[in-house]
Amino acid sequence: MDAMAITSIFVLSVFVGFEVVSKVSSTLHTPLMSGANAIHGVILVGAIIVADHSENNLELVLSLAAIVLATINMVGGFVVTDRMLEMFKPKKDASAAAKKEDEAAKGGQK
Amino acid sequence: MSSTWYSLIGLASGVAFILALKGLSHPKTARRGNLIGAAGATVATLSVFLYVTPGKDGAEAHSLPIHNLGWILGAIALGLIIGVPAARKVEMTQMPQLVALFNGVGGGAAALVAIVEYLNLGDTATTAEVIFTVFTVVVGCVSFSGSIITFMKLQELMTTRPVVFPGGRFVIAGTLVAVLGVSVWVVVALGTTPLLVLAVLSLLFGVLFVLPVGGADVPIVISLLNAFTGLTVAASGYVLSSTLLIIAGTLVGASGTILTRLMAEAMGRSLFGTLFGAFTAKPQAATGVAEERPVRSGSPDDVAILLNYARRVVIVPGFGLAVAQAQHTVRELADLMISKGIDVAYGIHPVAGRMPGHMNVLLAEANVPYDQLAEMDEVNPTFSQTDVAIVIGANDVVNPAAQTTPGCPIYGMPILEVSNAANIIFLKRSMRPGFAGIENELLYDPKTMLLFGDAKASLTKVVSALKAL
Repeated sequence: MDAMAITSIFVLSVFVGFEVVSKVSSTLHTPLMSGANAIHGVILVGAIIVADHSENNLELVLSLAAIVLATINMVGGFVVTDRMLEMFKPKKDASAAAKKEDEAAKGGQK
Repeated sequence: MSSTWYSLIGLASGVAFILALKGLSHPKTARRGNLIGAAGATVATLSVFLYVTPGKDGAEAHSLPIHNLGWILGAIALGLIIGVPAARKVEMTQMPQLVALFNGVGGGAAALVAIVEYLNLGDTATTAEVIFTVFTVVVGCVSFSGSIITFMKLQELMTTRPVVFPGGRFVIAGTLVAVLGVSVWVVVALGTTPLLVLAVLSLLFGVLFVLPVGGADVPIVISLLNAFTGLTVAASGYVLSSTLLIIAGTLVGASGTILTRLMAEAMGRSLFGTLFGAFTAKPQAATGVAEERPVRSGSPDDVAILLNYARRVVIVPGFGLAVAQAQHTVRELADLMISKGIDVAYGIHPVAGRMPGHMNVLLAEANVPYDQLAEMDEVNPTFSQTDVAIVIGANDVVNPAAQTTPGCPIYGMPILEVSNAANIIFLKRSMRPGFAGIENELLYDPKTMLLFGDAKASLTKVVSALKAL
């Protein structure tokens, strides 16, 4: 890829990144951080590419380690973000869910 | 799959990530946004298996399947086995350190990818590629070791206070100079040894960088390291000629930077101060032995009586509430007071808990209605009309030292001004200071009543006492 195309992509992405999160309430800071954290887990793609390129055992071992770490980052990140956001349910079914969860909580706590 | 399709799928994933971040910025669309992001990441991952990226010098592509397929699938399976249960089972109170850990392993992965690609390219690497590799290795390693330290601080595996040793800032500055020097060495000499030395020095720098950060600043550091990891992913995208990695990494880097600034603002901290705290931190004067000063402690019945005759009560929840798993009990108490015609609100500090917005998540878990949650700016003017402020397991977010004691670690942080309420009740386990490790004058205020004990046990007693009245 030529340097100019890459620079353009980079600069435009910076501005998009700034814009999309410029107005966010503090309530969502933690889930947003966690979601962004999961997105950079896409380095998994890079880890798979280098595993494919590996020419000796050292390279293979290092790239497999990268795959394990990247998978943890990506999948774990999306799952934990979803768990956080699960709590932000629309108000309507909140009361019904409240009862159910209260019972579940009581049952679970002992 | 042709390279056009591969690029188009990459572009679609990039768009999915933009939509994900956009969605995550609004409560209504947040969950959907996260799922869109997950879908984008899944599709991007699947597409790599169907397309063979050209090797060095654009070497002739080999045929599918990609090399080492079995190993790759095994490694992914291992990552799933470790990551999914950890994310599913973690207590919501421990979630911040898990996010720190996930961020750290992501940084580590980016650094490893850069190292492998560097070994693979060997002498054919261009100077630009080497510079981006050096950047990825340095920042990825800093992010990795720094995140491990934040994890240990949050998990309380080590002290949550700033760790400062004499001459520390010279050691840190020296390490930074060494990192920069070795970076130049790598670019000039192009060897494996300098790169490994660089990785080790960067890991060390990450540790030294985070050690002097106090407990209260840890969330800002996590957010910052998150942005760092994003940038490393973008840089490795350059080395691997992957537009997707460049877009995704840059998005996270940019949005992470903004988010870090927003968090720092919410906590009244200067980003600069946090960043360079490592260089400016001085060993703190010992805070002195805990003085024996009189405090007024009360029984659950005293608290119940006070509440029973109040017209307006503000509940200020803190991390201690969550640790005691008392969210459900506090909701029970609030419901009981509302049924007695008392006006009840929760005063939520933006950084109550261990991270901005953490308390909202914890209370939402207990199904506390949103309309009872009042943000700091809303609730502060109402404290003068409040009869009782109940502070449950919170300390730093109500500590007047933030307004009155220049030089204390939380000075300048906006606080919930509970001292304006007619009565203050603190539910605490002990007189131990909060996460930031600062004494709270409010505890000795004559209108303060302390109720010692586990928050959940105390609240249960208050609830039954209040029912009996």
